[in-house]
Amino acid sequence: MIINHPLLGPRDAQEFVYLGDATLIDRPDWQASEALDRFYEYLYLRDNPAGMHRELWFHEQGDRSWLVVTRNTVTHEITSVELARDVARARGRSK
Amino acid sequence: MRYSGFKIIAQALTGHRGWKPVWREPEPKRSYDIVVIGGGGHGLATAYYLAKEFGEANVAVVEKGWIGSGNVGRNTTIVRSNYLLPGNEPFYEFSMKLWEGLEQDFNYNAMVSQRGVLNLCHTDAQRDAFTRRGNAMRLHGVDAVLLDREGVRRIAPFLNFDNARFPIKGGLLQPRGGTVRHDAVAWGYARGADTHGVDIIQNCEVTGFRIENGKCLGVETTRGFIGAKKVGCAVAGASSQVMAKAGMRLPIESHVLQAFVSEGLKPLLPGVITYGAGHFYVSQSDKGGLVFGGDIDGYNSYAQRGNLPVIEDVCEGGMSLMPMIGRARLLRSWGGIMDMSMDGSPIIDRTDIEGLYFNGGWCYGGFKATPASGWCFAHLLATDMPHPNAAAYRFDRFRKGLMIDEKGMGAQPNLH
Ligand SMILES: Cc1cc2nc3c(=O)[nH]c(=O)nc-3n(C[C@H](O)[C@H](O)[C@H](O)COP(=O)(O)OP(=O)(O)OC[C@H]3O[C@@H](n4cnc5c(N)ncnc54)[C@H](O)[C@@H]3O)c2cc1C
Repeated sequence: MIINHPLLGPRDAQEFVYLGDATLIDRPDWQASEALDRFYEYLYLRDNPAGMHRELWFHEQGDRSWLVVTRNTVTHEITSVELARDVARARGRSK
Repeated sequence: MRYSGFKIIAQALTGHRGWKPVWREPEPKRSYDIVVIGGGGHGLATAYYLAKEFGEANVAVVEKGWIGSGNVGRNTTIVRSNYLLPGNEPFYEFSMKLWEGLEQDFNYNAMVSQRGVLNLCHTDAQRDAFTRRGNAMRLHGVDAVLLDREGVRRIAPFLNFDNARFPIKGGLLQPRGGTVRHDAVAWGYARGADTHGVDIIQNCEVTGFRIENGKCLGVETTRGFIGAKKVGCAVAGASSQVMAKAGMRLPIESHVLQAFVSEGLKPLLPGVITYGAGHFYVSQSDKGGLVFGGDIDGYNSYAQRGNLPVIEDVCEGGMSLMPMIGRARLLRSWGGIMDMSMDGSPIIDRTDIEGLYFNGGWCYGGFKATPASGWCFAHLLATDMPHPNAAAYRFDRFRKGLMIDEKGMGAQPNLH
């Protein structure tokens, strides 16, 4: 698989480390009253879809940036690659 | 029809015209007492033990393709019970004992071969870990032998003992481990289940559940609705997909694992050997092919095929451990979809939906579990009580912090 890095261009997936579903960006609020339930879901439960999957890859052997890769889990086709930083900021994180 | 040596001779003399199909191809009935989803090893074993051990006569297995088309027909056939943790070891040893009596029990040649499983260690720390594991096994009454370097050399003189970076320091041997002909396990259980009256319904995909007032009434399939008092799901890599139809999210990710076989060679490997410095394991099939594999590819996948980096990684492991493997030609490689759980251990439990039960999260090691998984799932389905040997495999262990994490990796499925 080739990951088209937004800053570095096409890179071999071997240079990256895979973390999992990009919902891991949305860390629950630890002070919320239902925090225990939210953290259980956040840590352990996954949609695990057959088809389009937004997922976190870390460019360990490169610029060490986190990417959100949209990839089809049935065909392995990658349709979009974003910087995780941009994705998190667009959701109002890390202002 | 019972199989025996006499039957084979009689058939040979009469031109093999008397063999009968090994199981029926029934139309689905309107309803059953118990419907098992998934005609892999676990689903078929569940149905077999339901009928044979728990007296359930009205059972069906529904399989979307043909039986054995999933992981039961794709794995590298290794069976062992060399686990460390108390939640796991009694279960896998129960499975090993069932393997030992399986062929007599279901009257089918599954080529159970206890040729030994040898895990190599390459550092002092690794040997300490193996000593601990071996002791844990022996405390559970399981055979474990710690070998030094010369002990390993006696069994496998062809290994690369001169590797300066990863010297072989010894190994942990489980003599009762070995290999089993994977397809024959599916066929043997299917035949046994069918003989005890189970309907095996192939080409029948479960597309949904009929759930009313929190109670499961049966399954919607491509061949119509099939009613059931109880439904057990054992679909391995498709677990999340199927259970999502009942509104559930699971602590599981699906990943692809690849396997490889070389051209046929003369007898070479005495048993199963695993490399402790890279991820590589190898055995030799009775046809002579070297059967080997390594890590999962490491990203969510339903593709049933992997990518080249892992092939390269596995072959590097092979070359580093036994350089002569470079002379053999690779014949085939393939992939299967693993139900990787969040702690690397399986789940055999009921769900919050009455009448709906789940069996999955087997990761890349569920073949060895097939007999015990079937038995324990049948026990749960028939009696509504967990089998003592599978009592730790509950859904709520994640919420309660009671993970069974053999490798100590945390909630990261691709590292288990
Ligand atoms: C390459 C590879 C090597 C492995 N090596 C080993 C090993 O050496 N030792 C070991 O112990 N384990 C090994 N495993 C793991 C082991 O094969 C699996 O854990 C085990 O086979 C899973 O259980 P099963 O046999 O029931 O799965 P499967 O055979 O996959 O059965 C699941 C069945 O469910 C069916 N299904 C799916 N969705 C539906 C639906 N909607 N409706 C109806 N049916 C459905 C599928 O078609 C399939 O037949 C390996 C796996 C792979 C892929």
